Amino acid sequence: MLFDYQEFLDGIDREAYHEGEWQWEEDGYTVTRTYTYSAPGCHDSCGVLMYTKNGKLEKIEGDPLDPCANGRLCMRCLNLEEGVNYADRPKWPLKRVGARGENKWERISWEEALDTIATWIHDNLDAKGLGRESIFVNHGTGRNISSWVPFLGGACLGTPNIGAIGFSGYSCYLPRTCGTAAGIGDFPIVDASEGHADRYNNPEWVRPDVVVIWGCEPLRSNADGYLGHWLVACMQQGTRFISVDPQLTWWGAHADYWLPIRPSTDLALALAWLNVITTEELQDKEFIEYWCAYYDELKEHVAQFTPEWAAKICEVPADLIRDAARFYATAERGAIQWGLAFDTQVDSIQLCQTVSNLMSVCGNIDKPGTNILVRNGFEINPGYATAQLYCDPETFSKKLTVDLVHPGCTQFIGMADCDAVNRAFETGEPYPIKMFWSQGANGISCSATAAPRVHKMLEKVEFCVVADPYMTPTAVAYADIFLPLKTTAERDSMRVWWTPLRAMKAVSEWYEAKSDEELIVALGNKMNPELFQKRWPTLEALLQDYLDVGFNLYDPETGKSYKSAGRSKAGMIEVPDVHTDFWKKHHEDGTCSFKSLVEDKCGYEYDDFCATYRKYEKGMLRPDGQPGFATPSGRIELVPFATFGAWGIPPLAEHVESLTMKRWMEDPEYRAEYPFICINGSRSYEFFHSENRQQATMREFHPMPLVKVSTQTAEEYDLKEGEWIWIENTEGRCRQKVHIDPTLNPNYIHAEHGWWFPEQEPAFPHLYGTFDCNINNLTASYETGQGGIGNPLKSVAAKIYKCTDDVNEPSPGEVVTKLGGFRDDYVATEPFAWTHDNTTREGGRF
Amino acid sequence: MKGILINYEFCTGCHSCEVACKKHLELPAGEFGIKLSETGPFEYAGKTGADHWEWTYLPVMTKACDMCEDRTAKGKLPMCVQHCQAWCMYYGEVEDLAKKMDGSSRCALFTR
Repeated sequence: MLFDYQEFLDGIDREAYHEGEWQWEEDGYTVTRTYTYSAPGCHDSCGVLMYTKNGKLEKIEGDPLDPCANGRLCMRCLNLEEGVNYADRPKWPLKRVGARGENKWERISWEEALDTIATWIHDNLDAKGLGRESIFVNHGTGRNISSWVPFLGGACLGTPNIGAIGFSGYSCYLPRTCGTAAGIGDFPIVDASEGHADRYNNPEWVRPDVVVIWGCEPLRSNADGYLGHWLVACMQQGTRFISVDPQLTWWGAHADYWLPIRPSTDLALALAWLNVITTEELQDKEFIEYWCAYYDELKEHVAQFTPEWAAKICEVPADLIRDAARFYATAERGAIQWGLAFDTQVDSIQLCQTVSNLMSVCGNIDKPGTNILVRNGFEINPGYATAQLYCDPETFSKKLTVDLVHPGCTQFIGMADCDAVNRAFETGEPYPIKMFWSQGANGISCSATAAPRVHKMLEKVEFCVVADPYMTPTAVAYADIFLPLKTTAERDSMRVWWTPLRAMKAVSEWYEAKSDEELIVALGNKMNPELFQKRWPTLEALLQDYLDVGFNLYDPETGKSYKSAGRSKAGMIEVPDVHTDFWKKHHEDGTCSFKSLVEDKCGYEYDDFCATYRKYEKGMLRPDGQPGFATPSGRIELVPFATFGAWGIPPLAEHVESLTMKRWMEDPEYRAEYPFICINGSRSYEFFHSENRQQATMREFHPMPLVKVSTQTAEEYDLKEGEWIWIENTEGRCRQKVHIDPTLNPNYIHAEHGWWFPEQEPAFPHLYGTFDCNINNLTASYETGQGGIGNPLKSVAAKIYKCTDDVNEPSPGEVVTKLGGFRDDYVATEPFAWTHDNTTREGGRF
Repeated sequence: MKGILINYEFCTGCHSCEVACKKHLELPAGEFGIKLSETGPFEYAGKTGADHWEWTYLPVMTKACDMCEDRTAKGKLPMCVQHCQAWCMYYGEVEDLAKKMDGSSRCALFTR
């Protein structure tokens, strides 16, 4: 083994890298030691050294003294300067002067922009007796946005309706947080020593023996606060791998087992693994005896799900399923790294719960080298539920919830239900959405399933504000007011996602752009001055509040304190003391401040919670301080009768196919017409979702959207590498360039997401080319799984054909923006024209 | 003599070395101080497990590479080594790097 962490630490010239200093002068530059948290960026925050001259970011490098990333940076952060200094970045607020989609703007002041917004809300909502629930606040992912934008929605605009436009089934991360919370009560991540400041040297830490990389490519995605390359460090230290993925990834090529399951059959595989483990007695009997409940019920339930049964569904051999299950279950320290694919299928919530069970029955919970249970450092937890703390209770009671669109389902998520929002836009029921506020999000290019359908919803919205660092297709198409946001280089902000707490310090300026935080202060003092003058009159007060109480509610008059339920979950609870653990640790020593975090602590501080193993033995998980887990019974509930019962979800998991996959398997004519399962949305190193397309260096590496086809498909269709092809189904079509992948199953293709072309024409019908290449022209909204969770967007049916002159017109941009769209027969709550159902379950409807 | 050792068994092809280098040397589009080569993916007939697939990246130093003379003179690491996400690059005296190679995984040692 060449990897040697101590040798790495010993080899760093600490003087050359100015250990202990947060800022210094070097060769005519000011160098600032800080963390990035986008935009542009990702889910993570790596330690960097920013080199500035005259208030301009000139270059950036990783900080070898940062224990999170050890100086190792991805290509996007290394290229940050191109994103920050992009010449066409908007410099000041803009007012639309032409028609929507004409891209004609007039410079206005911040005062005029905020006045216009306040006046519109007063005249068109408040004065007309419409509630603030008629505002929908939309945000993107990454860029520590889920801490700030829901807060803005509730505290500044007073709406409970906050989420992601068109994002049926909450199909990102929320299924995993909720599915695993139901059984375990906390969130598990793979232990690659990330909880410890001394990392791989930590005396308690041991590398995992086996890691399952499942529906995930952590190297490219770095998703969910987790740097995928940590797992390569584990591999060098001896960790072995299983890859569960329809596509061969780097992990599959380096794994002991690669299981190329048919897309969206993960639950069948997970149930079969449980079958193998329970019938072969591979479970951790002691852990189950002491810490789990309902093992016998689980064992009885999974007895029917043999590897032979799963092999037919997953289309991988039964022996491979069995061998891989044994390899994971017999490892002393096993762990599972799960990804977005868990959230993008109708089995989602039960899949997440069932794979949590695979961790639990093998005792791979909160021990070194297993799945450790983590919380946000220092109990700083602003999230969706923060909106509830500051939204008027009567308005909050009108939040758009899942039962409005999927009767029988129960809302248990802080976000507004995505399909209920779709329905409100489409039908005006139970009330119309009059205003669309989009911050740090480019919905129609990226996260909105059924993007042409979402365009129909948004083109008629009465008032639209888009706040973003860049002019985007979403802004050009809908914005009446555009507000320029700062990038990471200009922002004073902080975030915890697990550990450590990290600060990003502004090092440069960009004209009149405001940070997300400055926008909250400005808008809040305009819209809700009574509250903001008292609590958040300034940016400094807002940042201090984040550290002191995490925006939770403390009422000195009544003495009552309330905190939100957490990052994603709904609800608020009364607590004796809302102060964060950071405040409790530092208020007396005078270092509980943003300034101290930046300067004295060099931008970061680890907390004890994530660094502690076996927290369930130590009484660290339950509110009552007793040993056990944060579940109703105090044990891991392998069949979550209580929690799933309360959420209206069957506690025993069963695999079902999506509407499309059921038809694809059973209807030969449909399959002949649409012969491919189109997987989509896998990430590439160059881009974070729809970001980074402005950057010449990223486009040098990845100029155009690529659709992967198998060698066999390329031969059958006479396709050449780099050739444009159309991808089409009943919902619409788009085009991407062929990449031939010799490892791909000939029944599958894979298309990229998030594409637009900042160098191309912004105005309709072109709209930066975003609809022409948008794979969400082929996805559908309103179809979800149990609980209203999980849309099967990563497994749509499609056909492909060459881009020849006779079939190229009209372009998708023309169709969507000028010709009324691909379909004129949308029915609210129904995904497709070919069925009235929105689920394959009995009755066909949720 | 100084060299860069690449434990390319673990190179993931993430492009960080390429971009770190381009930014430092201010190379225009199409020019590289270090450039990834890719072998595979292809299958070995009759093999299983981790020996089944070949999919190997190896960064190759170009004529433009000066091993970051200006940085190393100040005690800093070469840009590619510092930013290697896969933790598979090492900088030092060739003799020391040669000793570091232990036969446990595939390596290449580059010099100017």
